[in-house]
Amino acid sequence: MIVRILGEGQLQVEDSAAGELNALDAALEKAVNEGDEGTFQPALTALLDRVRALGTPLAAEALKPSDLILPPADADLAEVAALLTEDGHIPG
Amino acid sequence: MIFKAKANKALDRMEDPRETLDYSYQRQLEMLTQVRRGVADVATSRKRLELQMNTLRKQQGKLDGQARQALGAGREDLAREALGRKATLQSQISDLEGQYHSLQADEEKLTVASQRLQARVEAFRMQKETIKATYTAAEAQSKIGEAVSGISEEMGDVGMAVQRAQDKTAQMQARAGAIDELMASGALEDVTGPPRDDIQAELDALRTGPDIERELQRLKGEIGGGQAREIESGAAADGGAAASDGAGHAAAAEQPQAGDGA
Repeated sequence: MIVRILGEGQLQVEDSAAGELNALDAALEKAVNEGDEGTFQPALTALLDRVRALGTPLAAEALKPSDLILPPADADLAEVAALLTEDGHIPG
Repeated sequence: MIFKAKANKALDRMEDPRETLDYSYQRQLEMLTQVRRGVADVATSRKRLELQMNTLRKQQGKLDGQARQALGAGREDLAREALGRKATLQSQISDLEGQYHSLQADEEKLTVASQRLQARVEAFRMQKETIKATYTAAEAQSKIGEAVSGISEEMGDVGMAVQRAQDKTAQMQARAGAIDELMASGALEDVTGPPRDDIQAELDALRTGPDIERELQRLKGEIGGGQAREIESGAAADGGAAASDGAGHAAAAEQPQAGDGA
């Protein structure tokens, strides 16, 4: 699957990683929903670090839409919450 | 947190999907221009901060020199004052430095994003030509869909990065503008300008004061008892002239009306 980290670009990640990423994503989503600043940043960092570790950057000429789109690394809690409710972005 | 990519609505509006390619490409070129402008905006803000920091650092250097000078003259109170103002400037400089590094990071990120978008726009242009040359309108539909939504996602990403950087830059510019205004209005000079002049005036007074005092003493010594009255009035006038030359506080204390600087 193709994962985009906003501000960084797209990465090709093996489909088998979906379970692991979903667990990290759930932790992040929980932090956002609870408005918990303390767990938000570590959860976001953990998710993005894992995607970067597992993925390989997509070539520039591969013009493909992403299966998953993740917030930028320096996003704060309010920005991520806003991304979730924005039109056109559907929480996974 | 995991979002689905936005479907490209433009596709539905076009009668011939191949037109979508040209339309999309046009939008991509506009976006590239916008991103480059964004990078330039951030760079401009960064340079402005740099200038402000240099100005504040220079003023800090002056205050430091004055503190040394004051200590050398045994005026610990003045040295303390100068160092206090230097510390106030330091906190402003630290604040600007933080903003500066943040802008620098944004500038680098946007530059990379702009290069990435440029590579993809070029890739899109080539695919577009291939598709137009190879496929009929009916066949083109599926080929175009992926390329267009792929590139519009990229544009959305870069556009968001530019927007974030510009929002941040706007905040910093408001603060930088406030500092410029403070500098222009003289309010900040309470820390850097006139205070320096105050300190400088006292330091000057320290240097010139003893001279005037010595001069006065010498004149007083020369004056004998009998003729004292007539000559004393003349000597006092000389002392007053010396005071206005040197802005000496000691002379001003002796002759309040002559101490024009008071």
